Amino acid sequence: MEDLYREIIIDHYKNPQYRGRLDPHDIHFEDDNPLCGDHIEITLRLDGDGKVADGRFDGKGCAISQASADLLIESIVSKPVEEVKQLTKQDILDLLGIDLGPVRLKCALLSLKVLKAGVYGLGEASDDLIE
Amino acid sequence: MPLDIPRLRQDFPILNREVRPGVPLAYLDSTATAQKPLAVINAMDEFYRRFNANIHRGVHTLAEESTAMYEAARAKVARFINAPSAEQIIFTRNTTEAINLVAYTWARVNLKKGDLVVLTEMEHHSNLVPWHMLSAERGVNLEFVPVMDDGLLDLDIYRALLARTPKLVAFTAMSNVLGTINPVAEIIRLAHEAGAATLVDGAQSVPHLPVDVQALDVDFLAFSAHKMLGPTGIGALYGKRPLLEAMPPFLGGGDMIKTVHLRNFVPNDVPHKFEAGTPAIAEAVGFGAAVDYLETIGMDAVASHEQEIIAYALERLEEIPGVKVFGPPADKKGGVAAFTLDGIHPHDVAQILDGSGIAVRAGHHCAQPLHEKFGIPATTRASFYLYSLREEVDKLVKGIYEVKKIFG
Repeated sequence: MEDLYREIIIDHYKNPQYRGRLDPHDIHFEDDNPLCGDHIEITLRLDGDGKVADGRFDGKGCAISQASADLLIESIVSKPVEEVKQLTKQDILDLLGIDLGPVRLKCALLSLKVLKAGVYGLGEASDDLIE
Repeated sequence: MPLDIPRLRQDFPILNREVRPGVPLAYLDSTATAQKPLAVINAMDEFYRRFNANIHRGVHTLAEESTAMYEAARAKVARFINAPSAEQIIFTRNTTEAINLVAYTWARVNLKKGDLVVLTEMEHHSNLVPWHMLSAERGVNLEFVPVMDDGLLDLDIYRALLARTPKLVAFTAMSNVLGTINPVAEIIRLAHEAGAATLVDGAQSVPHLPVDVQALDVDFLAFSAHKMLGPTGIGALYGKRPLLEAMPPFLGGGDMIKTVHLRNFVPNDVPHKFEAGTPAIAEAVGFGAAVDYLETIGMDAVASHEQEIIAYALERLEEIPGVKVFGPPADKKGGVAAFTLDGIHPHDVAQILDGSGIAVRAGHHCAQPLHEKFGIPATTRASFYLYSLREEVDKLVKGIYEVKKIFG
């Protein structure tokens, strides 16, 4: 029925491939969206060449926030960290394959915000990271 | 006599629109803002086509006509809540600004460090944050009447708080989440016995229930036009005359003065003292038209229709496995059903319902502390008004089953 709830989103929400937590890890960051209670935590392990060896996300929230986190981790495993730093809002929208209104956009982009704050080693996740 | 809803709906052009081709609208978000009847739309349209001029100063015909229309609207709003005089209605932008007006004028004169303001846990942010700000600035203490699990206020604790002689009790007449209709007259009577002034947030009650400020003996009542079929951008503060007379002005500027000199000014009389600058004139005219419309229908008829709809909605929603509706039973609440659906986030629920043309709200509805109290980040809220149909409740229920199927 809904483009927004394309099977891919429901599938990644219900059967995430990358849900969990890596221990030990090289990068860890978490943040939430207080407006709707969405929460995302990301842990990454790097290899010797500055690439993402493995990654996991954990958290709770709406289907869009959780599915986009799973899709995002899937897309960065084995990518150079320098490339991860260049990811934008559009990359997430391409992964989801949908257009979103401003409210749901925040849900979709929470994981990218958390990921970028983590790889940049920042103390907080700012909206500037995803513009 | 029950309302003829299908006929009444013809007065609201937007209710006939399709959200997408072939998908008619089921508007279940009137608690956020109500839809507007043609009477309101046409009154504002006519104002701009024929009368538009600035008010209170001009001597030309249009200015005099505009002024008369603006003041006539004030009189209509006063009559609607049975205010003793039109001068006791101050036009504001909305409920929020009306509450802020009291917080910035009355409270900053009458409250000092250590004084107590009593609020409740079910307040909208608009009746919390102005007091947070006052508290930070002046060291005023805030206490909260708890909400019990059944969505009602704990009046025993309220009585105990009154023993600490608060200066002000500020509370909502009807929760915008739980729908709870509070015992307003009793809360006010007890506050007055304890020597406290009272401010009622009427954003939800004035649109949906008969309200009589003299019978309630309330000191201040704040409400918004847009939730009662009127336009956005205008609301009202009612106040008892001696309180309003004694209050300092709110914002400074034109119209709120009698005379201005280089180094000082003399404030205007009530209510103009509180209305600085060119006000929302066309919106006031629309507000007056909304009040006329509601009076023609009759607020008793509006309230009893909503009572019937909410009773039906609760019955239907509660039969869906996994749905939990918050708030008291139907006979103690207005037309608001905020609910959670097990394992599915309200944003997802609302988005999928939108696919079927059903407009509901998802989030914390500007009542975050209340959601924290119930341990949930958000709810999905369906809300009803005089134009709501039982068929729309049926659509909502069917939509929720579809959500469950998609996430099943």
